[in-house]
Amino acid sequence: MARHRRFPFLSRILHWTMAAMIVAMLFIGIGMVGSVSEYHWLFSIHKPLGILVLVLVAIRLVNRLFNPPPPLPSGMLGWQRLAAHGSHVVLYALMFAVPLVGWTMLSAARYPIVLYGPLQLPPIAPQSPTLFAVLRETHTVLALLLFATFLIHLSAALMHALIFRDDVFPSMTFFAFAGDKEAGVTGSDPQSGAEGSAAATVAKKV
Amino acid sequence: MPQDPTASQRYRPPSLTDKGALARLAAIGGVVLAIAVCFANVAGWLSPGRLSQARFIDRFERLNGVHAGFRRNHAKGVCVTGSFESNGHGVRLSKAVVFKPGRVPVVGRVSLSGGYPYLPDGGKDVRALGLSFRPLDGEEWRTAMINIPVFVVKDPKAFYEQLLASHPDPAMGKPDLAKMAAFTAAHPEFAVAMKVITSNPFSSGFANARYNGLNAFRFVNAADVVTPVRWSMVPTEPFAPDTPEQAKSSDKNYLFDDLIARLARGPLQWHLIVTIGQLGDATDDATMSWPGDREHVDVGTLTIDRAETEAPGNCRDINFDPLVLPSGIEPSDDPLLTARSAAYSESFTRREGETKTPSAVQVPVTGKGS
Repeated sequence: MARHRRFPFLSRILHWTMAAMIVAMLFIGIGMVGSVSEYHWLFSIHKPLGILVLVLVAIRLVNRLFNPPPPLPSGMLGWQRLAAHGSHVVLYALMFAVPLVGWTMLSAARYPIVLYGPLQLPPIAPQSPTLFAVLRETHTVLALLLFATFLIHLSAALMHALIFRDDVFPSMTFFAFAGDKEAGVTGSDPQSGAEGSAAATVAKKV
Repeated sequence: MPQDPTASQRYRPPSLTDKGALARLAAIGGVVLAIAVCFANVAGWLSPGRLSQARFIDRFERLNGVHAGFRRNHAKGVCVTGSFESNGHGVRLSKAVVFKPGRVPVVGRVSLSGGYPYLPDGGKDVRALGLSFRPLDGEEWRTAMINIPVFVVKDPKAFYEQLLASHPDPAMGKPDLAKMAAFTAAHPEFAVAMKVITSNPFSSGFANARYNGLNAFRFVNAADVVTPVRWSMVPTEPFAPDTPEQAKSSDKNYLFDDLIARLARGPLQWHLIVTIGQLGDATDDATMSWPGDREHVDVGTLTIDRAETEAPGNCRDINFDPLVLPSGIEPSDDPLLTARSAAYSESFTRREGETKTPSAVQVPVTGKGS
């Protein structure tokens, strides 16, 4: 049992809350710029939700320093470790960059940054058409990059859950580890269980 | 880290004979692909016929050409500045800071409709006034108004079609009558609106024009009572009709230059008149007038005292998006509002990234007001 290590509770809460918010934001963002009739209400959600992501990712980074994630399973290959670490650096960088670029670009365009009702954020850049034009493009490119990184992240998570069948996926969930119900089996043992029962436990988890 | 060969075995690619693993791999691929397809669908990439902001502005560009650095509509204009003196009569209707008694700085833009920044002024061109109210201790309010009493279409799709139908045929120099007839038949509200519009003659200039917000909005007061409203800027200058002689002027900017000369002599004023809608008055159809007996409330006076050539940092770089609203003013259910916001945003994004050329309307240094 001691071999199982989960992400700390707060980390898991932050992960799933932000996952839902960020995926929603990506769809809202791409939907609003591609629409005429749905533009305004989507944009009204996009701004406060984006700022909330920025606040949460700052909390999350601090939390990560104090509550570090469990180490990767020892068996993972070198390139897999590199990909895992690299994609998380990219995810964190984009979670900060996309909302910050959004806030800066609205400032450069001299749009009021309305969150809700009379609640507004101050501009963080001087009015500048050129800066706005560059950042507006950057915002889209970074958001698409974030969407691509999210798909890679999801693929990797599902690979851990369904193919590698290690501790990585359950360590981010609130469910019991697969092996915990089988006395004496750690669940991180690759040879544990017959094919059929392993698939069944995965099906229960996912 | 030295790797335990048994532990790392599970991280090797699954064998091609492991049908279960291959099926699970396919399932993972399927999930990821499904999400990507949903995303592309929401983006509109899979529906080329959907009316998007880009397609809206593409149509302006296709009909009028791309005039780098200029608005895709209302391309020709001049900046103005002044202030709004609120008399406090709006407070019972809206909690917006701008309606509290007091003076608020205003930045505005006077323009003519159309996508050509250098076309000579014409008596039939729709005149417009965009305003940005900037209370020092409250939220900004932007509005863009025009001098016709109702709008010509009621939804964005009809506007998109009307742009094409009413555009002069390059061969004839006039709109294609067959196309226009087909459009009018499909949109009966267009003919009704045009009758109202043509029965109200244009004024002789910008200074004595009445500018109408057209779309309905919702005013929300401190007690959260919602009132459907429309608004207009009503000039204090006496009305004089536009005459065909004016357009014969050798000055191709005669409308703008008249305004600049008039401002050099002294400030111009308009009353902000709020019309209060009643149950049953259309808030989602800008082609329909509200009955004439509706209550009108004069909520304050706009004073414009200075004209400025479009330049970096002034009205040139402001998007007069009608949905930049303070708390206390909300959009109605009028579908044109979100469409205007979306299309203005796209036009703004495109022009801000382009190299700027000087505007047609130049305010002489001596022509500036006090």
